Amino acid sequence: MFGWFKKQSTPATRADEPVTSTVIETQDLVKRYGDVVAVDHLNLRLEQGEIFGLLGPNGAGKTTTILMLMGLTEPTAGSVRVLGYDPVRQPIAVKRVVGYLPEHVALYDDLSARENLLYTADLNGLPLAEAKQRIAYALERVGLAEVADRPVREFSHGMRQRLGIADVLVKKPRVVILDEPTLGLDPEAVNQLLDLILAMTREENLTVLLSSHQLQQVQRICTRVGIFVKGKMIAQGTIAQLAEQLAGGMRTLEVHAEPRGAELVELLKQIKGVVSVEQDTAYWLVRATAEVRPEIARAIAARGWSLYHLRERDYGLEEIYLKYFQT
Amino acid sequence: MHGLLAVYRKELADHLGSRRFVILAILICLAGLSSVYVAAQSIRAEISDARNAFLLLFTTASGPLPTFITFISFLGPLVGLALAFDTINGEQNRGTLSRLLAQPIYRDAVINGKFLAALVTVAIMLASIFVIVSALGILTIAVLPSPEELGRVLGFLIVCILYVGFWVALATMFSVLFRQTTTAALAGIAAWIFFTFFVTMITDTLANAFVTLDTLFDPQAMLEWEMWRQNLARLAPSTLFQEATIALLMPKVRTLGPILVRDLIGMLPNPLPLHESLVLIWPQVTGLLALTAVCFAIAYIRFMTQEIRSL
Repeated sequence: MFGWFKKQSTPATRADEPVTSTVIETQDLVKRYGDVVAVDHLNLRLEQGEIFGLLGPNGAGKTTTILMLMGLTEPTAGSVRVLGYDPVRQPIAVKRVVGYLPEHVALYDDLSARENLLYTADLNGLPLAEAKQRIAYALERVGLAEVADRPVREFSHGMRQRLGIADVLVKKPRVVILDEPTLGLDPEAVNQLLDLILAMTREENLTVLLSSHQLQQVQRICTRVGIFVKGKMIAQGTIAQLAEQLAGGMRTLEVHAEPRGAELVELLKQIKGVVSVEQDTAYWLVRATAEVRPEIARAIAARGWSLYHLRERDYGLEEIYLKYFQT
Repeated sequence: MHGLLAVYRKELADHLGSRRFVILAILICLAGLSSVYVAAQSIRAEISDARNAFLLLFTTASGPLPTFITFISFLGPLVGLALAFDTINGEQNRGTLSRLLAQPIYRDAVINGKFLAALVTVAIMLASIFVIVSALGILTIAVLPSPEELGRVLGFLIVCILYVGFWVALATMFSVLFRQTTTAALAGIAAWIFFTFFVTMITDTLANAFVTLDTLFDPQAMLEWEMWRQNLARLAPSTLFQEATIALLMPKVRTLGPILVRDLIGMLPNPLPLHESLVLIWPQVTGLLALTAVCFAIAYIRFMTQEIRSL
């Protein structure tokens, strides 16, 4: 707190960090604002090299979680470790290795892109020569080298977002936390940004935590996702795992055949393994515990009926999202 | 320490390159030049005793133009307010504060660095203006200042910086207390108008409340009334500044309170030496420093304990 009097501990040499592949770990993390529980017993674990998507609707507590990881706000209960450091007690050590891009990337409009990054480098205590080199690299990396000396106020939203990424890269982080990085970007800019995040994660051997409420967008680059609703992590894993978890061992088939009335339902229900048949917008939705498509096809053909559509529905992130967020 | 220096360097560069700094510097410089030039003209016309002619440059009013001191006491607060009214809330509104605090620096480095940068900006501005104005004065009256006079003007400069420093601290406090920069600016201007124009009226009224002056001539009550009025007025930084500068620039001022006739008996009307004048204004300077410290402490504590979400 009293930066005036405390001598800054010399930047931690990477050697004195605890040897572990776990980068971020929280245990029963709780944050309350008065009566409101923003984060409720969160257990999160990120391994080295992951891109973890923290997905949830607005107001789910994603930003609060991120602020606690950064040591910018104190947890009410529970513990956090970032690369073995405790953000409550060693916030400076955490901030030295974690790059954070806030939800609304804010830069100094009157300064040029380069000057903005120079300030960040200065705040991180980088020597000038190294800072310049690092900044040139970062600007090149995000494709802003040509406009480096233009004032930021002339930048588009997408350019600002990329400059924000460059800003994070300047300090040579080991962990990057991005809060809603794709917010307000057009689809092309989103793809550009995600490609950039993916490439930089590999090149710099980073671990990335990104939060978003637009999971269709980020699903492409996340190795793992966590669904975060009302302060609770209700599911986490790879997208395939989530889909399986959601389906609960059940398969869902879409069927469209003529005639499509009660006789068809009756026929489908007789097939072994079929649990239920429901009306969907255009199809009958058949839930089954096993692969029943050949049986369905045969049964319909045997009656001389016409089969127009038979498909197993797989759970994309969207279904997962809707399913979990509705609960 | 590197965090503080980084913030300080960036803020200082911002201030020195900003339009408001340039505008205010030009404004004060022109006001100072005109008042000193006019003062020099009138000194030249009626000078008989060259002693302290240099100091007279700053304290002589001529025609419609007020003295240099008056200009500084009037425009100085404006400089302090203009430099600092959006210190913290400006960063909040732009959203740059959370990015700044996510860097490996202590939180107080932000507010300390910004305050220090504003103070140094004020010092640079005032020192430059003093040099320019003094040069014009010396050229016009063709009298070189004595070391004693230089010391007094240097003291005057330091008191000016302290005074503007108070306004920087006050504006910083408002910028932490109010989320809107316009609110903070208005609060600052309200305080400025209050201390500049209304303090005298209010202290008179309050003194009346404490001491009733009868229609009959009552020296005891009058003295008491005057003491009340003066001590109440001394709560205002503008009063402290005026008393300190007058004692510094007019060596013949030997006391800042009421003088009784019996005190004058046998008194030699000699100017005080510099160190005696300094002793005389020591309480005023301490008072200014204390007010500054209080404002900055409020800003500091509030800034350090705020939830980041509300920042």
